[in-house]
Amino acid sequence: MDMRTPLSLLPLRLDDVAFVIGTKRIIDGISLQLDAGPRTVIVGPNGAGKSVLLRLCHGLLRPTSGRIAWTSPEAPGEPRRQAMVFQRPVLLRRTAIANITYALAIAGVPHGWRVSRALEALRKVGLERVAGHPARVLSGGEQQRLALARAWALAPEVLFLDEPTANLDPGAAHEIEKVIAAMHADGTKIVMVTHNLGQARRLGDEILFLHQGRLAERAPADRFFRQPVSRDAAQFLEGELPW
Amino acid sequence: MSSLSQAAVEAIRLVAGADPKLSEIVLLSLRVSLTAVAIASVIGLPIGAAVAVSRFPGRRTVIVILNALMGLPPVVLGLLVYLLLSRAGPLGSAGLLFTPTAMVIAQAILIVPIVAALSRQVVEDAWQEYREQLRSLGETPLGAAAALLWDLRFSLITIVLAGFGRAAAEVGAVMIVGGNINGVTRVMTTAIALETSKGDLPLALGLGMILLAIVLALNAAAYMVKESAQRRFG
Repeated sequence: MDMRTPLSLLPLRLDDVAFVIGTKRIIDGISLQLDAGPRTVIVGPNGAGKSVLLRLCHGLLRPTSGRIAWTSPEAPGEPRRQAMVFQRPVLLRRTAIANITYALAIAGVPHGWRVSRALEALRKVGLERVAGHPARVLSGGEQQRLALARAWALAPEVLFLDEPTANLDPGAAHEIEKVIAAMHADGTKIVMVTHNLGQARRLGDEILFLHQGRLAERAPADRFFRQPVSRDAAQFLEGELPW
Repeated sequence: MSSLSQAAVEAIRLVAGADPKLSEIVLLSLRVSLTAVAIASVIGLPIGAAVAVSRFPGRRTVIVILNALMGLPPVVLGLLVYLLLSRAGPLGSAGLLFTPTAMVIAQAILIVPIVAALSRQVVEDAWQEYREQLRSLGETPLGAAAALLWDLRFSLITIVLAGFGRAAAEVGAVMIVGGNINGVTRVMTTAIALETSKGDLPLALGLGMILLAIVLALNAAAYMVKESAQRRFG
């Protein structure tokens, strides 16, 4: 570790952020602050702008208007202190461990440390035994765990996840949830989009409910599921949880 | 008909007997075209990958030009290289005209656009899939280009082979800058052209058979490498 610990990225502030394509306001004036600590889960109907919001926060998209500001932003050319795991894991045609050492190389980790750090990350997600296997022939669940291990090896301050278990069977999804919980326990801020309300309950400390590009409700998870305040959220929960 | 079958029998005898004159021509052909394709790959693959992952003004023009240059007529290119290398030309003092080096230069220039344009297409398709992840990791455009070239290595073999096929099969450029000098710059295609016009069909036919066999064998090998790699690496 560096002797001088860099100032924290968090809190992240969004100030009246909009993202417009043509005439469609995909994100329509969102202001919010994300603090270190609680696991933030973003839910909402299809097309609400969840994934776009995540990409805006992570810097993969630029807002059409408004401001997105980290407290102590990453300077250009500096290693990133945030990571993202996508719905479909994007892995290179190399071995599992080489996928991680590649990311470590970009992050400027000295050559001699990469392998041990990558192995440590693989061990944490239970993939040590496939370290030497080509990444793309692993099962779907293993590939996603490898993507998480790659993110974990970078020791990010913030981890964004975009429906990380959408393509997985319940068993594999459960493994992923365990890894996410462990990363959070390790001190990483979790910001996750999910379509699965059961998962949102299990993993979420706070819920952001998006509707038509707006932040319709923000609440602690237990309260949100017990007693949503906004009508849209109530309707959404009713539609999604048929009991 | 009988003269054709006679020629074919004679051709097979030449090939089977590894006729020294014939082997010399075949080896020079391979040396020239393989060197040219190696040089063209070292230049063309990075160009293709860099164009694929970067956005700059005039990018579309570059792509159109690269695509258009794929169809560059070898004789025209041969003429240009001839003018460059001839005694009075800007590079005339190097004394390269009518040497195998001149032929390598001409063929390399001929296939750089093929390798660059085709790899640009392949890398750009993959870039769509990888872009967000690599940017998320903080990869630079040039780093991404290098990573993608390595990731697509098995698909790029086919492109490099297409370049080799073009180089080994063209006759116009090597004829002009090499001069088809017996024992010095005579390669398979120029020899075929010459022997045919002289009426020595067996040698022409034998060389044609070898040329076809080489191209076929290389493509079969590349196909098998690609297949087995896809099974292993996904």
